[in-house]
Amino acid sequence: MQRDRCTGTTGPINWGTPVIELENVAYSYGGGELLSDISIKLALGSFYFLTGPSGAGKTTLLKLCYGALLPTAGRVRIMGNDVRNLDRDGVAMMRRIVGVVHQDVKFLDHLPVADNIALPLTVSGRQNEAGGADLGELLARVGLNHRSAGLPPELSGGERQRAALARAVIMSPDVVLADEPTGNVDLEMSQRLLKLLIELNKMGKTVLIARHDLSLIRAAKSEVQARVLRISNRRLQLAGADL
Amino acid sequence: MKFTVSEMRSLLAGDKQADRVVPSSGFTAQLTLFAAGAMAFLAVFASALSLASGRLAARWGDELARTSTIMIVAPVGERAIQTDAALRVLETTAGVETARALTDAEQQALLSPWFGSGIDLRSLPVPRLIEVVENPSGFDAEGLRLRLAAEVPAAFLDDHTRWCAPLVQAANRLRLLGWVAILLIGAAVGAMVTLAANAALAANAQVVDVLRLVGATDRYIAEAFIRRFTIRAFIGAAVGMILGMLAVLLLPSVSNDAGFLTGLGFQGVGWLALLLIPVMAGGVALIATRIVSQKALEALS
Repeated sequence: MQRDRCTGTTGPINWGTPVIELENVAYSYGGGELLSDISIKLALGSFYFLTGPSGAGKTTLLKLCYGALLPTAGRVRIMGNDVRNLDRDGVAMMRRIVGVVHQDVKFLDHLPVADNIALPLTVSGRQNEAGGADLGELLARVGLNHRSAGLPPELSGGERQRAALARAVIMSPDVVLADEPTGNVDLEMSQRLLKLLIELNKMGKTVLIARHDLSLIRAAKSEVQARVLRISNRRLQLAGADL
Repeated sequence: MKFTVSEMRSLLAGDKQADRVVPSSGFTAQLTLFAAGAMAFLAVFASALSLASGRLAARWGDELARTSTIMIVAPVGERAIQTDAALRVLETTAGVETARALTDAEQQALLSPWFGSGIDLRSLPVPRLIEVVENPSGFDAEGLRLRLAAEVPAAFLDDHTRWCAPLVQAANRLRLLGWVAILLIGAAVGAMVTLAANAALAANAQVVDVLRLVGATDRYIAEAFIRRFTIRAFIGAAVGMILGMLAVLLLPSVSNDAGFLTGLGFQGVGWLALLLIPVMAGGVALIATRIVSQKALEALS
């Protein structure tokens, strides 16, 4: 695994107690380095936007943050645990406290939408906590009440993203990592989903949203104090002043 | 991915929610049920073969080995004298429990398959037969032969070992063959479940992906597959076992005269032993699926 480490680095970005910490992280893919010398500490209860052009490495950085990828250099710590020291079950346990929304949303197509959303509770043996009221409320928040009994293949692209977001937050995880969570939804629904994430953040959760379109970031300006990170030339930078 | 006793108990107890996360795959389900059923059906017959061979070996070993025959080969006029002399020798031979000369009727019955009924033994140079039953300590065959040679020259001792030993050996080998067949059937169930579980895991790569994303451990994912294949193999084998038992019941009933084929059934606890077939099929499926799932989950990571 070759590593072309650049020298002129952006200094470590650090705000408060870190829940996820990347230390001089690099990631190479297909012989080329996609991310280089990235250091950041995501603080508990903070809200971040991650921006950058398509192909800059936003999705890769998110995957590094929840242990789906291992860095080719440097360290990634989730809740203080080095991901290199975690076995597959350890990674699974970490994912119970890190809710993830992928750009490419996947579901269990044979299960109803409601069961898919409650899946994190099911696999962690907490399915009884998905009592009708909580699940129903969450479904209403993401506008999927009428779709709860349907199967995932029947959902539109936007509905799939909303269902994925609901699934990511149902366990009330400490961290929510979302990759373009509002990519396929209209403005009104985007704002509703953003509001949900902001509420989670106000409950003390850390939220990191990867987003190439800055309109959502501007929309959030009045609602939350968020920090904007930008990936540029393989490096991570703080994008100007806080919103 | 090791299983403790309590984890095995929870595995077998099942988890309806966990079972639902794996879609039911019609083809592998039917394949597993059918193959387990067919194998259990064959296992019933292999067990029947093995148990019947065992019984036969034991019977030949115990009964025939404890009996001997003395042939009195003498002219008709001297036959009775020589027979009485041989019986007197036997009365004083240690290890002989009973000895008696076969009656004409019994000897006629022995010869009737070849000469028909109602033959006149006096018109044939047929030796008189003496049946000797030894006690558990047995007699010294060589010593008896020497005594007979000296005192009853027309008497010849046949202690059955010459022809009985290969028969007992053959029956024992047949029994061994039955056990080997049962082992092969078990291995075939394991191979079939391995293929089916492998196919199911490969077909459900996306399911594994989603489950991992939401925090499912390898054990959770594996158990969902293990339970499914174990239950299928158990149910299939139970049905196959019942059909096999019915087929054995339809065989001619056991009789002392009819020989080996009619003895190809179960007696007493032999029937209960068949209940182990579905349990073993389930056990084999559990182990096979566990190994396969462990490897597949590693490959899918």
